[in-house]
Amino acid sequence: MTVYAKGVVFEGVDFDNPNHWRLEEYVKRGGYAALKKILNEKITQDEIIAEMKTSALRGRGGAGFPTGLKWSFMPRNFPGQKYLVCNTDEGEPGTFKDLDIIVSNPHALIEGMIIGGYAMGITVGYNYIHGEVFEAYERFEEALEEARAAGFLGDNILGTDFCFQLHAHHGYGAYICGEETALLESLEGKKGQPRFKPPFPASYGLYGKPTTINNTETFASVPYIIREGGQKFLELGKPNNGGTKLFSVSGHVNRPGNYEIPLGTPFSELLEMCGGMRGGKKLKAVIPGGSSAPVLPADIMMQCTMDYDSIAKAGSMLGSGAVIVMDETVCMVSALERLSYFYHEESCGQCTPCREGTGWLYRIVHRIAHGEGRPEDLDLLASIGDNIAGRTICALGDAAVFPVRGMLKHFRSEFEYMIEHKTRQFAALS
Amino acid sequence: MLSQESLALIDRELAKYPADQRRSAIMGALRIAQTEKRYLTNELIEFVASYVRIPPVAAYEVATFYNMYDRKPVGKYKLTVCTNLPCALSGGYTTADYLKQKLGIGFGETTADGRFTLAEGECMGACGYAPVMLVNNHSMCNHMTPDAIDKKLAELE
Ligand SMILES: Cc1cc2nc3c(=O)[nH]c(=O)nc-3n(C[C@H](O)[C@H](O)[C@H](O)COP(=O)(O)O)c2cc1C
Ligand code: FES
Repeated sequence: MTVYAKGVVFEGVDFDNPNHWRLEEYVKRGGYAALKKILNEKITQDEIIAEMKTSALRGRGGAGFPTGLKWSFMPRNFPGQKYLVCNTDEGEPGTFKDLDIIVSNPHALIEGMIIGGYAMGITVGYNYIHGEVFEAYERFEEALEEARAAGFLGDNILGTDFCFQLHAHHGYGAYICGEETALLESLEGKKGQPRFKPPFPASYGLYGKPTTINNTETFASVPYIIREGGQKFLELGKPNNGGTKLFSVSGHVNRPGNYEIPLGTPFSELLEMCGGMRGGKKLKAVIPGGSSAPVLPADIMMQCTMDYDSIAKAGSMLGSGAVIVMDETVCMVSALERLSYFYHEESCGQCTPCREGTGWLYRIVHRIAHGEGRPEDLDLLASIGDNIAGRTICALGDAAVFPVRGMLKHFRSEFEYMIEHKTRQFAALS
Repeated sequence: MLSQESLALIDRELAKYPADQRRSAIMGALRIAQTEKRYLTNELIEFVASYVRIPPVAAYEVATFYNMYDRKPVGKYKLTVCTNLPCALSGGYTTADYLKQKLGIGFGETTADGRFTLAEGECMGACGYAPVMLVNNHSMCNHMTPDAIDKKLAELE
């Protein structure tokens, strides 16, 4: 595992040292100092939440919701149990940053969650980990043991009366469990089918109790914010887009991997950091925020900076920060066919528009990709999309539609060509 | 029906959740059972349900919903290859085709000697290390080019 550019989450991590992930090494590079500061200086819950708001940290799981604001929604004086949940279900195709966090710097996440627990008056937390990364789950379990043994987790943390228990829960293969209410259902030992909202998790979450859910990278950014101050974090990025962010770059670059860089960095610079295009080929398109984000053609992408606002303005979304780079040889029909198959496979089946609609989307793109497309198919795709998006309990339906819309907007001619000539302009994925 | 070691592991899962929320441990319990027995028969699912003290239907629901539970016999080594787009841009299909040809089976099939089952997987959250393959659900292998496949298969023989 390698992270090529380091920001707030991976600062100081020496990947050449095989013990870099251990508690002892984490403490050496300033780890758990933020927690100690809070406990020693008796920093109040309000002060922590204010610091989080100043930082302009936005949720790193996909939706980009301001974390400080989310934390302030948590009922502070609720009499019963409340829960803190971390979303390490990372299943959005293209995303592999949370994996590197729990493997290479798990204590940043643990410390961030303890601080979150303190700030919201929560005493129990769970980290839900993606099914396919069992070895990472075991690593995280080991890190939890270290934190318990050192007195950072459990009862009376560092001799105070603050208590926080944290456990890991292992998923077993369901993309939908990344959606926060499906994740809660799954944590309760049920099928991962999203809940109707409202009520939101802050009032009705895990076991029906008030719950806050954040992404792994969101929590792992917290120690830095408390240690160095929200203002400093904010200034690393740009207004409304505080801090550094992990970008998982995959596809046709020379050096795929995780890059933790300031929000607002031009895409062209990120591409350069990745060693440029593989084989010196030309850039054709980029999916800038995980497979659910609409694709952007090279010329638009080269004008973008990597932050929530710039990518949204260009008509896509920063999402989870998964940057899928495609060169001039890629057949967009083939690319969309594979993505549409994924959403069809992963629809939980609860809402008819999504369960049936994702199948229709896939079958139509499939027939176009196999030389059996009909002239009316592109309009049909658009109309099915309109009948899915916004009509389902969760956003998986939208996630299935956005890639279709993006492809039809920017690469329509490739689809038209295939329908007309029954053969593709570019080779299929291989 | 399960070894003492597996039962102890299930007990560890149960301890993570509130005493009145034993159901939360079913995912872990089924994983542990499958790891020992390789796949989940109906009897095994029912046994695990009774151990966790939930109705059998609640355990079936979970065993049928999540992709990584195997309810049919699988080979000694189940190889799951990711073919999602990011992997496919870096040779995912080449790897899958190479495995199919080398093992003489397609996706969802098991070799006649019962050694290997081949499965197509979705994104495993490791796309930067493409092509990615999972052995027996738990061991992830990165950069699985045909050469790397040859080496891996030799290890697994
Ligand atoms: C279909 C779907 C899949 C999602 N997958 C993930 C995921 O893998 N990881 C994640 O953190 N958030 C995922 N989300 C977003 C979560 O619902 C939620 O917004 C997020 O975990 C909140 O954390 P944050 O505010 O720190 O980003 C997904 C949402 C949807 C609709
Ligand atoms: S696409 Fe293969 S691991 Fe993500």
